[in-house]
Amino acid sequence: MTDRPLLELDRLSAHYVTARGTRIVRAVDEVSLTLRAGETLGVVGESGSGKTTLALTILRLLPTAARIVSGAMRFDGEDLLAKSPAEMRRIRGKRIAMILQDPMASLNPLFTVGDQVGEGVRVHEHASRRTARERAGALLRAVRIPAAAQRLREYPHQMSGGMRQRIVGAIAISCEPQLLIADEPTTSLDVTIQAQYLKLLRDIQREHGLALIFITHNLGIVARMCDSVAVMYAGRVIEAGPVRQIFNAPAHPYTQALIESIPRLGGGPARLTAIDGQPPDLATLPRGCSFQGRCPRVIDHCREEEPPAVDLTAQHNARCWLAKR
Amino acid sequence: MTLLEAQNLTKHFPLRRGLFGADPGAVRAVDGVNFTVDAGRTLGVVGESGCGKSTTAKLVLKLEEPTAGEIRFEGRALQTLDAAGLRQYRRSVQAVFQDPFASLNPRMRVGAIIAEPLVTNEPIAGAEVRKRVARLLDLVGLPARSADLFPHEFSGGQRQRIAIARALSLSPKLVVLDEPVSALDVSIRAQILNLLVDLQRDLGLAYLFIAHDLAAVAHMSHTIAVMYLGQLVEYGPAKVVATDPKHPYTQALFSAALPSHPDESRDEIILTGEVPSPVNPPSGCRFHPRCPHVLPRCAPEVPKLRSTFGREVACHLYDPFR
Repeated sequence: MTDRPLLELDRLSAHYVTARGTRIVRAVDEVSLTLRAGETLGVVGESGSGKTTLALTILRLLPTAARIVSGAMRFDGEDLLAKSPAEMRRIRGKRIAMILQDPMASLNPLFTVGDQVGEGVRVHEHASRRTARERAGALLRAVRIPAAAQRLREYPHQMSGGMRQRIVGAIAISCEPQLLIADEPTTSLDVTIQAQYLKLLRDIQREHGLALIFITHNLGIVARMCDSVAVMYAGRVIEAGPVRQIFNAPAHPYTQALIESIPRLGGGPARLTAIDGQPPDLATLPRGCSFQGRCPRVIDHCREEEPPAVDLTAQHNARCWLAKR
Repeated sequence: MTLLEAQNLTKHFPLRRGLFGADPGAVRAVDGVNFTVDAGRTLGVVGESGCGKSTTAKLVLKLEEPTAGEIRFEGRALQTLDAAGLRQYRRSVQAVFQDPFASLNPRMRVGAIIAEPLVTNEPIAGAEVRKRVARLLDLVGLPARSADLFPHEFSGGQRQRIAIARALSLSPKLVVLDEPVSALDVSIRAQILNLLVDLQRDLGLAYLFIAHDLAAVAHMSHTIAVMYLGQLVEYGPAKVVATDPKHPYTQALFSAALPSHPDESRDEIILTGEVPSPVNPPSGCRFHPRCPHVLPRCAPEVPKLRSTFGREVACHLYDPFR
């Protein structure tokens, strides 16, 4: 493994602009992240915090209303922002793959599972029908689907939610990508099926040495799966660092409150630490820190100036005026 | 004190008859379940999709009629109640559902939504209604002026507060909470769970709390019932069941629950396969095809719930005469 990170985002911003240009939604704002080969990064945040937009930005799949306005993005040493649409198409699915939340919506109901799992190989590696079919069979076995040969001829509706999500996983790894982005991949699954799927992802990652970005609202998934974590709030990464450092010594009041607000097994009826209020509207963010309205430790300075990212250790940083190295 | 008691509660949904009138069988959604809810306490029901937890909630709400067995409320069986008794029961048992975007009528003002149960159940003057609505809004932590607004003007967490206010308008004794926080954002969930705990303490409410988030159920409940394919597999005090589960399914379920810290190590029991169909459940113990500790007698013989280690477990492993 080289020292060079696989993916490097430097102050990347992607904004949604309304047709008349009157409202700007800063969905991703000045996000800097690095990810090395074989590592798992968790991106946590609530709905509307910009985590899915971040994934779409990396893949350059933003809807037309959104624009990457500034920053840099390097993947395996190459400048992703300088790529043409045709070059991006060769990267997507081949070198960077994505798993979406809803497996029913990401599979085509009119094609067999075999066609869909083999499509990546046919498109990117110009494989023949037969090779693609053989690869699809091997991939279904890799994601532990029993009776793979028969399943290849079946349609998505003939399978359970857990099995469909594994098929989506098989499609994602079909071209042996270097980076896999999983956006809430287990939200629609039951607890024991979720455990099966998370273990499968970890096994695949170990076997193929791929880097994983896990987008989730669930800190439990981060605790179980990830090496490092980036906490997003209102479009910004407000704290990032190695998982253990963040869980043991969260520096940002939002991260602290998030960790304390999760109920624990065997806790029994008692009060949880709740975060008052609700996430802000990204189009009308206040001056200064975007968490000021809900922060239990707010000071006057927070209302005047946006806190910069402060390095607490070599890998751990937080955007808060109270964070000290 | 026992408020509600379910005895041998069973609900089968018959499938459509085949072409030649052959009996196609039935979905055995709830199959011979016993539980009690004590006044002022919380019974948590956990299990995966298809285990019958939502059907159980519907039976308690009398939205479905049981195929067999009975529910007793304050000692009286629901089947024996006359019209007035039933009306009284329906007032005493209220519900809060998962999705506050679907459970509130978008064309009604919040005041009217909260007042609707009052107005339909009691001869009550307009001024009194407004006073009661203001008190209910205050109870769930919303400003009194919310009464004049429409649901779309509120966030998910606030809407769930409105749904809770509506459920409380008739001063119920039992509230059925069917996944009350699953649709909410993480930072909002703790607010609603805290509100529910406070209301229980202040108003002496009993809860039937149904959720797939095991940590939330363990946190909220006094007693936990674990369901698998329509049957209870483990039933007992929340702390005992959550921290030291005995049934192999409960053990797998709780070991699959996500940790709250990266250093929290749990024996990971990964179950193979998926939940079988409730139309044709496995013989004997319904969990035996996926069970890591399966015995020869599990396939032919149905295990009974029996008391062991301070809770009830339906598993042959804990049979003293094995």
